[in-house]
Amino acid sequence: MFEIFTTDFMQNALIAGIIVSLISGIIGSLIVVNRMVFLAGGIAHTSYGGIGFAIFLGLPIFLGASIFAIIASILMSFLALKYKDRVDTFIGLIWATGMAIGVILIDLTPGYNVDLMSYLFGSILAVETGDIYTMFSILIVILVFIVFGYRNILAVSYDSQYAHIRGINVGLFYTLILVISSIGIVITMKVVGLILVIAMLTIPVFIAEKISNSLIWMMIASGLISTLFTITGLVVSYYYNFTTGATIILVSVAGMILFLGVQKIYSIVKK
Amino acid sequence: MSKKILEIDNLTFDYDGTNVLENINLSLDEKDFLAIIGPNGGGKSTLLNLILGILETKNGKITINNQDPSKQLSNIGYVPQNTNINTSFPIKVIEVVLMGHISDKKPLFGYSDAEKACALGALTQVGMEQFANAKIGSLSGGQRQRVMIARALCNHPTLLLLDEPTASIDVDGQRKIYELLKDLNKLMTIIVVSHDISVTLNYANKVAYINKFLTLHNNISRFSTTPQNGHFCEVELMQMFRNKNV
Repeated sequence: MFEIFTTDFMQNALIAGIIVSLISGIIGSLIVVNRMVFLAGGIAHTSYGGIGFAIFLGLPIFLGASIFAIIASILMSFLALKYKDRVDTFIGLIWATGMAIGVILIDLTPGYNVDLMSYLFGSILAVETGDIYTMFSILIVILVFIVFGYRNILAVSYDSQYAHIRGINVGLFYTLILVISSIGIVITMKVVGLILVIAMLTIPVFIAEKISNSLIWMMIASGLISTLFTITGLVVSYYYNFTTGATIILVSVAGMILFLGVQKIYSIVKK
Repeated sequence: MSKKILEIDNLTFDYDGTNVLENINLSLDEKDFLAIIGPNGGGKSTLLNLILGILETKNGKITINNQDPSKQLSNIGYVPQNTNINTSFPIKVIEVVLMGHISDKKPLFGYSDAEKACALGALTQVGMEQFANAKIGSLSGGQRQRVMIARALCNHPTLLLLDEPTASIDVDGQRKIYELLKDLNKLMTIIVVSHDISVTLNYANKVAYINKFLTLHNNISRFSTTPQNGHFCEVELMQMFRNKNV
């Protein structure tokens, strides 16, 4: 199977796939334990506004999407902390507004015939060397945040009320978790697209949750599981000529079903 | 004269103009064991949140060891009401206890050896040290409650607050928790918000009935020595307190 990675674009896809899998494993864990899955979906879709914004102004796509994602995450964090009961309504609103802005801005861009599909379903095969440097830098930023902020992240995620009593700035860390996640979400979208990003952020985490007894191990395990799914998906999509992002997601779902089946059989045998 | 731990002076608190607490006065000495009882919505949790500094006092004054509660964080231990939340969270018992440390003198990353030793010590104090590396979700309700008490003990508090500590625990587990609190009471002042009046009365030396106003009973021995059928009916007891107030 290694001969398929002889071409440049497949090598780039492999490296990007591994880096993004590690990123999505880490931030996916943060998103799941903080019950921010819907928020993450909102951020992913809002960033489509940033894609339109970047195309309209001729900026790099990643920059535009990141700006929108960060603004959306700060806004959502503020609303989530202030109006806990109504936050789902606001997320839905921001979600739709972001996408609508994106569509209109692309309409307004003269002569631009955008390939919408690549943003919705990912374009890992179009990753360039420059993108890989960006992805790697983001991975480093996320790792630094986790290593130095671990005990506060853990305290805020597990029991935010108690963290507040212990003198931790809960609002600040909640916002930081969301902002860091939003950057991770945007970069993960490069691989599987904004429609499928939620699956990539949650399926490996779901499996990792069952086999790890601490947050840090959950992050490591999800990163590795995600890497396995991504590489398998990449290989399968190459041989069958499928859309890579969608293949990665289906491989992940198959992996999850397999895991649950094995777990069930194991528990029966153990009895 | 024994040392004053908690002083509440003329405290009145309102949510949007409706008074929840009115003219609360309370004073606790070293090694007091106060039970707070009262109907739901009577202001018990509000008072607890004010003592903890989660809510800010507007009228009146609360002092802990003669200081504002926000300056006494490391002297307050707190065990929240619902400890069954987030049981699927991937976290070890020892990590939960480590959260009890105040965050102002923490190392650059991770936890210091002193903090770890302290957390293990707290777990030993509640008899849970052999579960240090277990996942929190794998424990029973009573065991988890002991872990939460260990977390509150991490900073060696002088005042320990517990909100309904035995609400979802079986009878045997409840008794163990109260025996533990009795031991801890030799070292610190304890406030328990509870519905288990019959149990609480055997351990508390003061009882406060809160329903907007606070009625304090300093000498409860005359109640606890004359229970009928070995137990107090909660309704009867509440009526007793209420009558005194009226």
